[in-house]
Amino acid sequence: MNWVTEPLQYPFMQRALLEMAIIGVLCGLIGCFVVLRGLAFIGDALAHAVFPGVVLSYIAGKSILFGAFFFGILTALAVGVLSRSRRVSEDSAIGVIFAAFFALGVVILSRQTGFRRDLGSLLFGNILGVSATDVWVTFAVAVVVVGVLVALLKEFTLAAFDPTMARSAGYPVFALDLLLLLLVAATIVVSLQTVGNILILALVVTPAASARLLTDHLGRMMAASTAIAVGSGVGGLYISFHAATAASATVVLTATAVFLACLVFAPNHGLVSSYLARRHGHHHAHHYHAGEQLEG
Amino acid sequence: MSDPNGAPRLEIHDLSVRYGANLALTDVNAAVPAGAVVGLIGPNGSGKSTLLKTVAGVVRAATGSITLDGASIRERASQVAFVPQREEVNWDFPVSARDVVLMGRYRTVGWLRRPGKEDRAAADAALERLGLGGLGHRHISQFSGGQQQRVFLARAMVQDPRVVLLDEPFTGVDVQNRGVFHEAIREFGKRGITVLIATHDLGEVQATTDMVMCLNRRMVAFGPTASTYTAANLRATFGGQVAVFEVAQ
Repeated sequence: MNWVTEPLQYPFMQRALLEMAIIGVLCGLIGCFVVLRGLAFIGDALAHAVFPGVVLSYIAGKSILFGAFFFGILTALAVGVLSRSRRVSEDSAIGVIFAAFFALGVVILSRQTGFRRDLGSLLFGNILGVSATDVWVTFAVAVVVVGVLVALLKEFTLAAFDPTMARSAGYPVFALDLLLLLLVAATIVVSLQTVGNILILALVVTPAASARLLTDHLGRMMAASTAIAVGSGVGGLYISFHAATAASATVVLTATAVFLACLVFAPNHGLVSSYLARRHGHHHAHHYHAGEQLEG
Repeated sequence: MSDPNGAPRLEIHDLSVRYGANLALTDVNAAVPAGAVVGLIGPNGSGKSTLLKTVAGVVRAATGSITLDGASIRERASQVAFVPQREEVNWDFPVSARDVVLMGRYRTVGWLRRPGKEDRAAADAALERLGLGGLGHRHISQFSGGQQQRVFLARAMVQDPRVVLLDEPFTGVDVQNRGVFHEAIREFGKRGITVLIATHDLGEVQATTDMVMCLNRRMVAFGPTASTYTAANLRATFGGQVAVFEVAQ
């Protein structure tokens, strides 16, 4: 019991755990669409591209959220517009932009004294240093992002599953895509101060990718992804507290461990169940059985 | 099935479509009655899919107009049901067959609301009619190609459309299972719904269509299948790419 209650005596740990739980819900839910739409690379680009904003607000002594939001929105819009153009290879364009922005952030920061220490805390986040205000801001952003995602869930689903039909039915698919990118940007920016630019993508992608292995149902996937994100966030913090390891990296590795467990043991898509199904000579039999009867 | 005397349901007037500097399609003029099943045929890159997508409002026309029951088709987007080519669908997305069919109701359900009991009942009934009753809970990737196409036909059904657009619907459908498929297409026609089918599968044209439009970057011919699906028109449409065997009647 000590293992659980001991960290709770420290106010910084209370705030860190609360912050981690909110970010877990946020990243777990939005991560599902990042994974299902194949936006992981764009998400990583966003996380890096906001770095100059983070640095500038840090130097100005403001909350890093201000600069990061500005650059996040800018990048999301640029990516959205670029992805529409058929003349530029989307991947290359995004690659060029995010590396350049990231380098710009490093160059600006390198003019400051104490460059290395600052670089470390900005790149890897500082979950143990979050203030009560930070927690409230994260909560407010989470309410807005999750609210929009849930309100437009069926439209986002249609645009992701069958964009051509969505457009023919009169849905503004481009605007929906852009809005989704903005939600991803907001999620990444608000999570930056906890896990930093380098590792944030793991919190967005890993729980959702694990959840996808567990179920073929969107609602259940979102629930599982949230549970995994919150669980590995809180669990990782506890482990880092007791093992005296870097908090954000421990959280990421905890999530990765869950992912590996899902990859191996997931009931339908896991390696073990696929292997067993093949051995018994009816690979995915539960999938195709009815099909064979009807079409056979 | 077609009613040549009624007012045309779908009218295409002087339509042309450009992709950048290239003219993808030009000179399309057609008046299609309610309930007619129209086959769009032509070689690869002839503009079949482009025409369907223009009617669907996914591709913008460079010139000309498309009207549905006299009004611009863009104002009637919710009455146009579109079944895209297989490659345009994200099959890994976690949706069940019933979820897919329910998408046909999204416009009637409206923004910010969820499909209700009635919508779910309509979806299940449509699946039942297409021979997939009781399988609605299955993930869409767990069906065979032909079954997936039937799920999409069910989605078009529950949309309660006036026009149904099918882009290469016979892809992945076994020859012996095309019966259910033909029946469903005929069913649309019987209910007065106009159906446009873009297909490279010429074997299906006589079995399923009332009218044919021959395309090769422009409209080569358009009319009732019996008088338009002729050796001369096929040669004019496909050039040397198709061998036409004429059977003495």
